[in-house]
Parts: sequence; structure tokens; C-alpha cells
Amino acid sequence: MNTPSNAVPESFADSKVVTSPVLLDTRPFYWSVRRELWEYRSVYLAPLAIAGVILFGFLVVLFHLPHTMRYAMTLGAEKQRDTIAEHFNIAAALIMGTAFIVSIFYSLDTLYGERRDRSILFWKSLPVSDLTTVLAKATVPLVILPIFAFVITLATETVMLLLGSAVLAASGLSVATYWSQLQLYPTMMMLLYHLVTVHMLWYAPLYAWLLLVSAWARRAPFLWAVLPPLAVGIFERTAFHTMYFAALMHYRFSGGREAADSMQGNFPLNPGMHLTPGAFLATPGLWIGLALAAVFLFAAARVRRYREPI
Amino acid sequence: MTCIEARGLRKTFGATIALDGVDLRVEEGRILGLIGPNGAGKTTALNAILGLTPYQGELKVLGHNPWTERDQLMRDVCFIADVAVLPRWLRVSHAVEFVAGVHPRFDRAKAEGFLAKTNIRQNSKVRELSKGMVTQLHLALVMAIDARLLVLDEPTIGLDILYRKQFYDSLLNDYFDRTRTIVVTTHQVEEVQHVLTDVMFINRGRIVFESSMEDFESRYLEVTVRPEQLSAARALKPIYERPTLGRSVLLFDRVDRQKLAGLGEVRTPGIADVFVAMLSNSSHGAQGATI
Repeated sequence: MNTPSNAVPESFADSKVVTSPVLLDTRPFYWSVRRELWEYRSVYLAPLAIAGVILFGFLVVLFHLPHTMRYAMTLGAEKQRDTIAEHFNIAAALIMGTAFIVSIFYSLDTLYGERRDRSILFWKSLPVSDLTTVLAKATVPLVILPIFAFVITLATETVMLLLGSAVLAASGLSVATYWSQLQLYPTMMMLLYHLVTVHMLWYAPLYAWLLLVSAWARRAPFLWAVLPPLAVGIFERTAFHTMYFAALMHYRFSGGREAADSMQGNFPLNPGMHLTPGAFLATPGLWIGLALAAVFLFAAARVRRYREPI
Repeated sequence: MTCIEARGLRKTFGATIALDGVDLRVEEGRILGLIGPNGAGKTTALNAILGLTPYQGELKVLGHNPWTERDQLMRDVCFIADVAVLPRWLRVSHAVEFVAGVHPRFDRAKAEGFLAKTNIRQNSKVRELSKGMVTQLHLALVMAIDARLLVLDEPTIGLDILYRKQFYDSLLNDYFDRTRTIVVTTHQVEEVQHVLTDVMFINRGRIVFESSMEDFESRYLEVTVRPEQLSAARALKPIYERPTLGRSVLLFDRVDRQKLAGLGEVRTPGIADVFVAMLSNSSHGAQGATI
């Protein structure tokens, strides 16, 4: 009669011991992300370098700033804003573009590089699963780089705003107009929205595909990433005289913004822009893309298990 | 307790058979030397044990299936692969930090203690270290892990004699405690012979010989025989004979030491000598079988 009452807490204790490290131990994931940043210092150095170049260039702009402001005052409201905010928009676009390029190269190299330098044997000698490793690597383009891009843009443009204000105040022009026309912080929220909707969510399958190719290719991951989609497009064009696949690719690269906000074709940093998060979340393309990204990432983890150094 | 247990382990690469039905059993607390020529299947066997390669057959390492449970297995298993695999961009302090971060059984103070005895600086990058120092670093990381099985695949390849000696000395003195298991493959067999408790010969994907070192040493004897005593010695049926400097060295299996003492200088042979003898005999045997 004693046995069943003893058995229950024992098995309960056992299951707790077995499951808790799996569920609660996020340390391997955390340290795997840290290790990516040790290896790929360009993840933060490249956007920082661009920010440095932008700030240096802005010093030249500052000489003309009083003149530009006087000219802008003669324009209509819309034009006035565009003229004043121009350098800020360029700065944001450059940093975001740099982060995007770094994302592409990082995703293509990371799982290929660890096989090329044989370090995969070292990483695999530690109790970190392939899935944890792949997810940590996916975090870099999907989360870390957009966040870095945002923080660096915010810091750069804040410095630009302060420098601009100082120059205008020194030449007796209205700093208030400058601030109200720029609307820097509402614009920053737009940038954040754009980064989350487009760079994190809409482009997720793109990065996941690059990671998969990086895990799989024995050589030339760039060609393996680019040529198969190109071949499918060309095959479809010649065999069926249709371009559905090309349209699909175009949709993936540009479609996110069409759903995410109402300003099509313009740079997405107009404070007057109308955000449509509801429409974005209701776009099937978003969810199909995310599902595809999940499939690619699981496949990448699977492939990594089979792969040996090259 | 059994540390590694394999039954009918097979692995093929296309038409090449790397492992041809290997049965293997390694008890805990042993230091096993896996000896074999290039391409014999040593590394493939180790890769299967470490969950780095899929295989056919049954394999349990510390109760885990290595292929499907590599990450759990690696809490209890460490390995140093055949060449330096620490990435060149890695900083020494980061390497320690990372292993401390992901490995529940890593003793950071211990690793730093080992490193303090070397010339390796904490803020050096792996690319700035010599090959010997990289191995020292890897060994410091591995020895600070309280693992139950350590796998070494040609750990000292390309190192000079001082580093090689130091490597095995620290392994024995600072690491091995008779509860841990070590499996090592190496071409420098003489250097590990005194370290091993067991030896296993592998050839063409099969285990051709296995023995504890005690048995090995009591079983095999080598005698250097002068030409005039050669026929008397040959009468005792040596398993192998090789000429050296006008004399002959004859290898005997299970022949009484007293009988051999009269024929010449008797000594315990090196693992490599027995291995060569066995390998050349088995290749003759294989030829005989095909005729």
C-alpha cells in the first residue's frame, strides 16, 4: 500500500529534474549570441563607422544650415519639412542600409564560416544544441542588427539635432521651428515601426534562407543563395512565359511596406505617414513568410547536425 | 559501469566502408588507446561516439544515443579533435567565459589556474598563439570540465616533444582520477603506452585486437636473437620476425619468459611492434583466404 504513494512524488521529482534544464536554461542561448558578437564585430562596428562618417559630413552641412533654414522658410509646409529633414532621413537610411547589408553577409557566412575554420568541432564539443546555435545566429539579423541600427540612428540624430540647434541659435534663427519641423522623436518611432515590421518580420524568411544555405553549402554560399531562385525565375519565364516567381520575389523584397504603412514609394520616415499595423498583421504574406522562416531555420539546425568541417 | 557500448556499428561513405560492424565496450575508469593505420576508421568511430556523424547499428555513450542527444551528452563528454579547432578570432578570456557560460560542469577557477601555469595571456587571440599554446589552451578548458568521458583524437599532432610530454603528464596528474574514462587515438603510440590501461587495434573498419595493458604486457615478449640461436628461437613459433643490425628481433605470443631468456635479450614490446606484426600477419591471412 505504501508503494503507490511513494511512487508519485518520486516520478514527479524526476520529471522536474529532467525538464527544468531544457525549459529554464537560456544561458547557452545567451552566450551563443554573445559569441556571435565577438566573432562578427562588424555587426556593431559597421553601423558605428557609418554613423561617424555621417556626423563628420554633417559638420559640413552645419556651415550652410542657417542659409538652408532661411530658404526653407520661403517654402510651403510640406517642402519646408522635406528640406529641413533631408539630412536626417539620409542618415537614417544609410545606417539602416548598412545594417541590412551586414545582415545579409552575416547570415550567409556564419554557419559556413564555422565549418571552413573547423571551429564547428569545438562548438559541437559543448552542450549547446544545433537548434540553439541556429536560433542564436538568427537573432543577429532578426533582432540585434535592427536594434543596433535604431539605437545608433537615435544617438546620431540626437547629436545632429543638438549641433544644428546650437548653430541656428548662434545665428539668431528659431530653434523651435527647427525642432517642430524635424519632429525627430515621432520620426524615430516611425523608424522603429519600419524596422520591426519590415526588417524583423517581413524579411525574416530572407535571412532564414541565407542561414540555411550557409549551413548547407560546401562552397560559394553566395551563389547557392542567389542562383537557384534566379534559375527558377528564368525557367518559369522560358517554359511558361509567366513571371509569377519573379513577382513573388519582388513582393517579398518590397511588399512589407505596402502593407505596413500607407506611404508607398517614399522614404518611410514622414511623420504624416499613416501606419496600418492592422492591415500589416492581416496580410497573409507576413504569416506565410514567418512560417517559411521557421521551416528554413529548423532545416538549418538539421543540416548543421550532419555537416562536417570543409 | 559501461561508458561506451557499441554493437554492429557500421558506417559507409559511398562504396568505402569506414566501420564494418564494430562491437565495442569500454568500462568507466579506463584509458583506452585506439590504434590503427590511416583510414582504418578511428576518427569515424570517435565521430560516431561524439554524435558528429550518423551511423548504423547500436551505440550508447553514457546511456545516451549520441546522434540524437549530442547536446545532453556533451555535458558529460569532452573532446579534442585531431587539429586545433579553436577559432582564430577567439580571445582567451572569451573562450573561458563562453565555456563557463554554456557548460554546467566547468570550473572556471581551475581553467584559469591551468592557464596561469602557461605563457598564454588572457587577452591574446588564438591566432597570436603558437600551435603548442593553442593545444594548452584547449586542454586547460577541457580539464576544467568535470566530464565522465574525454575523447582525444590525435591531440598532440604537430607538437614538439616537450609539449607532447607535458600534455600527457598533465592529463595523468591533473585530470585522470580513475573514475573518468579517456579514449585516445594517436600515431605516436610509444608516448601513450605507459598511460594506457587498455588497447584496441582497428583496421579496415574492424576491431582486430583488444586487450588490457596488463594482459598485453604479460602476453607479448620480444627477444633479440643472435643468428646462431635463430633456429632454436624459431622453433618456439614467433608471431613476427624482423632483422635489425645483424640480429633478429622475434615477437612471441604467450611463450614462457624463462624459455626465451636463454635465447637473447628479452623485453616487453611496444604496442606499435605488436600492431605491425598483427597487421602484416592479417594481410597475409586475408590474401591466403582469397586464393
